[in-house]
Amino acid sequence: MFRQATARLLSRSAAARPKARPFSTDLESAPAADQAFVDAWKKVAPNMDPPKTPLSFMKPRPPTPSSIPSKLTVNFSLPYASELSGKEVDMVIVPATTGQMGILPGHVPTIAELKPGLMTVHEGNDVQKYFVSSGFALVHANSYADIIAVEAVPVNRIDPNLVQKGLAEFTQKLNSASTDLEKAEAQIGVDVHSALSSALSG
Amino acid sequence: MAMAALRREGKRFALTSPNPINVLRSSLAPSEERMSLGVRGISTQIVRNRMKSVKNIQKITKAMKMVAASKLRAIQVRAENSRGLWQPFTALLGDTPSVDVKKNVIVTISSDKGLCGGINSTSVKISRAMRRLTSGPDKESTYVILGEKAKAQLIRDSRNFIELSITELQKNFLNYTQVSVLADEILKNVEYDALRVVFNKFQSVVSFLPTTATILSPEVVEREAEAGGKLGDLDAYEIEGGETKSEILQNLAEFQFSCVMFNAVLENACSEQGARMSAMDSSSRNAGEMLDRLTLTYNRTRQASITTELIEIISGASALEG
Repeated sequence: MFRQATARLLSRSAAARPKARPFSTDLESAPAADQAFVDAWKKVAPNMDPPKTPLSFMKPRPPTPSSIPSKLTVNFSLPYASELSGKEVDMVIVPATTGQMGILPGHVPTIAELKPGLMTVHEGNDVQKYFVSSGFALVHANSYADIIAVEAVPVNRIDPNLVQKGLAEFTQKLNSASTDLEKAEAQIGVDVHSALSSALSG
Repeated sequence: MAMAALRREGKRFALTSPNPINVLRSSLAPSEERMSLGVRGISTQIVRNRMKSVKNIQKITKAMKMVAASKLRAIQVRAENSRGLWQPFTALLGDTPSVDVKKNVIVTISSDKGLCGGINSTSVKISRAMRRLTSGPDKESTYVILGEKAKAQLIRDSRNFIELSITELQKNFLNYTQVSVLADEILKNVEYDALRVVFNKFQSVVSFLPTTATILSPEVVEREAEAGGKLGDLDAYEIEGGETKSEILQNLAEFQFSCVMFNAVLENACSEQGARMSAMDSSSRNAGEMLDRLTLTYNRTRQASITTELIEIISGASALEG
């Protein structure tokens, strides 16, 4: 009888223990879900599974290394494609609003807003040039750089004649603009086209 | 009754043709039965009509499945390409769905067209639960709805809480410009401390995960950065921009919102096509099964009427012979 009781106790405690986590090799250092959110959800809607959050779909980033790494890992993403993802390069120069900014491995963490201009990616002797419209460049402490832009084209695909035509057109629009909104739009057009022409030449 | 049977037999012999006689009988017997005597056995005409309509439905649902499959192929590529867009923001600002703020806005993304399984109901259920989660004594939450289906469901009980509703999103090809204009409209018209986007993330053709992405307003970001925790090391980041930190953070928040919305809209469209594919697939299979059952019933009815005919003729003939 005692044997049965202990067997039952053991089985009940085994059932009370939460389900063994399957595939514990899949878990990385950061938790895949925000525990506070899951708890709050269970209180409000106990019968529904909580929705997933973006954190569970992202590969976690490595922590800040103690010494400066030799290469910079660049993620360059656009709405329609990820141009570069996880590429290891030596240096990236981005057109921040304060001017061309060079990012090397070990750069301090920075949030930089970009203006339309030329972006270059240096890997060894290989230089890739893109013309980016505005966006953001985020540099993290672990030598990861994320560049998010709305549009980017390799420089060799830009037609110089169309650039000149566009510049002339927008300069004319700026001169004939009446409302502030039109002036602002024409000014943006002029800025982008002059940046394009300097990117083609420089 | 014997005379009627003989008359019918005579009519049949007059119309004799090279066709085998039971085909003739089967094509003539049901309509004759219906025309001559009202209800005489079960009419096969009704069953035949049902079979025709079920077969048409099967064709339609099969065609819809093919269309959904081709649309899915096209949009899946774009959705997967746009997945890299929101990851930098989450890497920088972390993911804080449990943040405690006063004004929550729940952006529910759904489809305009129906017949896509349960994904819209799932989104609406999750939105309602999110609203319960984020409402409290001094907190409030409102809805911004994209898509007809969620609007139809939420307008029934939460009409006062809907700030904005947008439909016919997929009329033109989905692109970033359209979504960013949309995001701009939402940000202009709605006061928010935290935006929670609820959508179905496309994992595979048969699996769609309800997901919620949280975007905080710049003031809340600053508050959380000072409080520490996930956003605590935001202060370590230098701001390159020549403007003040709050302006940069505002631009960042707006950009983040439009990027997350773009990805969410594409993923939801993918999920919609995938769900429609599986819904139409199971519906064509059901129609096929129904057709099999109806065919059996039809054959049974037809054979029963033939048997009845035979019995009448034979009994009529034997009555004549005496």
